[in-house]
Amino acid sequence: MKYAHLIFANLRRKKLRTVLTVGSFAVALFLFGFLAVIHKAFSGNLDVVGVDRLMVINKVSIIQPLPTSYKAQIERIPGVKLVTAQTWFGGIYQDPKNFFPSFAIDPETQRQVFPELTVPDDQWNKFVGDREGAIVGSKTAKRFGWKIGDRVPIQAPIYGGTWDFNIDGIYDNPKDGIDLTQFWLQAKYLEERKTFGKGQIGWYTVSLSDPDSAPRVIKAIDTQFANSPFETKSETLAAMTASWVKQAGNVEFLIMAIGGIVFFTLLLVTGNTMALSVRERMGELAVMKAVGFSDRFVLFIVLAESLTVALIGGLIGIALAKLMTLGGDPTGGILFSFVLPISAVVLGILAALGIGMLAGIIPATNAMRLRVVDALRRA
Amino acid sequence: MVRVDGKGSSDSLIKIRGLDKQYKRGGENIDVLQGLNLDVDRGDFVAFMGPSGSGKTTLLNLLGGLDVPTRGSITVAGDEVTHMSSGKLTQWRARHVGFIFQMYNLIPVLDAFQNVELPLLLTKLSKADRKKHVETALGVVGLSERMHHYPRQLSGGQEQRVAIARAIIADPTYLLCDEPTGDLDRKSADEVLQLLHRLCTEYNKTILMVTHDPMAAEKAQATLHLNKGVLVEASAVHAGGVA
Repeated sequence: MKYAHLIFANLRRKKLRTVLTVGSFAVALFLFGFLAVIHKAFSGNLDVVGVDRLMVINKVSIIQPLPTSYKAQIERIPGVKLVTAQTWFGGIYQDPKNFFPSFAIDPETQRQVFPELTVPDDQWNKFVGDREGAIVGSKTAKRFGWKIGDRVPIQAPIYGGTWDFNIDGIYDNPKDGIDLTQFWLQAKYLEERKTFGKGQIGWYTVSLSDPDSAPRVIKAIDTQFANSPFETKSETLAAMTASWVKQAGNVEFLIMAIGGIVFFTLLLVTGNTMALSVRERMGELAVMKAVGFSDRFVLFIVLAESLTVALIGGLIGIALAKLMTLGGDPTGGILFSFVLPISAVVLGILAALGIGMLAGIIPATNAMRLRVVDALRRA
Repeated sequence: MVRVDGKGSSDSLIKIRGLDKQYKRGGENIDVLQGLNLDVDRGDFVAFMGPSGSGKTTLLNLLGGLDVPTRGSITVAGDEVTHMSSGKLTQWRARHVGFIFQMYNLIPVLDAFQNVELPLLLTKLSKADRKKHVETALGVVGLSERMHHYPRQLSGGQEQRVAIARAIIADPTYLLCDEPTGDLDRKSADEVLQLLHRLCTEYNKTILMVTHDPMAAEKAQATLHLNKGVLVEASAVHAGGVA
């Protein structure tokens, strides 16, 4: 592009000012990227869990149980492919601070309902045959330094005592946004050892033959158990996860509010800088017009400068945010996702360009409307 | 031949007829130019002299298509300039007019080469062709060795010569010089005037120059005096003639 040198020459005019403006964009975009990472960490695998699975919980609350007998009844509902049960175990390793989600699961159906949580066959088979076996997510295994074959003592505040488990397998998935922090034990083992709530589980996860049938199946399940001692509330896994995220606080609003304030401030700073930059060289812009550059070209060149600053700053900020995520989850595995989503990269760059455009539009318009005669007289 | 009586030949390069320019200042109309007639032929070198506020720069701005007259017409090489739209005027200016200002008005962040190249960015010339043109223009003004110097690294006289190279690079129909030696010492001023004279005689460039400096005016073929917006006399015929 034959005009690129004009744009960059103008940016080199006041190097410190350009560096500071680019820096403002970089800081703002880094913060945006950081907030996006946190948002992703909170919203978790919303976009992974999809809508082809339902979660069936007690209508009162998820901490209230459901009877094991419901499984067979749910399986008979048309549209239901598979049903698996899970129960919150609430295990603690060494210290209550070392939180990780632990469930009792049904080995017969768990892998079919959650195919994204991949366990090698040999490890799975060992787990199925081991009453005290456990499968753990790769993040949690890494966090505590657990290896296959280890025997780990887990405190069980809900069920009492310390339970020893054999780490028979580690589940994993390289895809972003998959929860790799869970700890699974066998439902049968829990059923044997627990002293209360026999014949009850925590919730069911239902795999559907056709995602479009979700509303109908939800209605069928909840109707089936209506007016029973254990009424149900069913939702798609995606909707259920979203409502949990909401309970944790309106993270999205918080992020939007912080991001909005930062971007607005950035707009004021950049707008002021661009206005100053254009005002300082009205004479030069007038000369350009005098030698034949059109009003539109002058508009373009000022906007291009503003957009270039925004783009460079934005890319630096986003790159820094990406670098931060490469360092890994700073909580040591509590967050089941610590990644910068591509959507945030795109949105961040678009936001930076939008601010660059807004910041440049008024000075650029003034430059476009500049009367050569007046500007030359003042120059 | 330069004429101010409105009776120039039909093939004059620049033909001004009944040119008026009024400004409004504080609700009062100020007549800057009044009923001005002028004919300039190709290759003429004309100096405009007159006291401050006599309308010299206004006339130059009108001739450069930077301003529009209140009445009258300016025709350049058959093109009626006064009724062109702003966009058309910009294109016309790029093709026909080379500006030389008192304060040089180079872009400080561009080196001499890039400053001179500026008008060529508006053309479809390739990078190699642009380079060739710029080298030639800088050669004409004697600054081939200073091609990659920035304005701050050049003397006033050199800056003005770069500005002249920028003005001639696109081979315009005529050059408009607004006090081209006003900010220069005598030696540099003489060099610049020598250069303008050369452009006129060797390259047949038409030059219209506003100046306060009688020595600068002497380099021109004709000097026209403006007073209160009227061409009151046409004296000091140095070469060619003034009618």
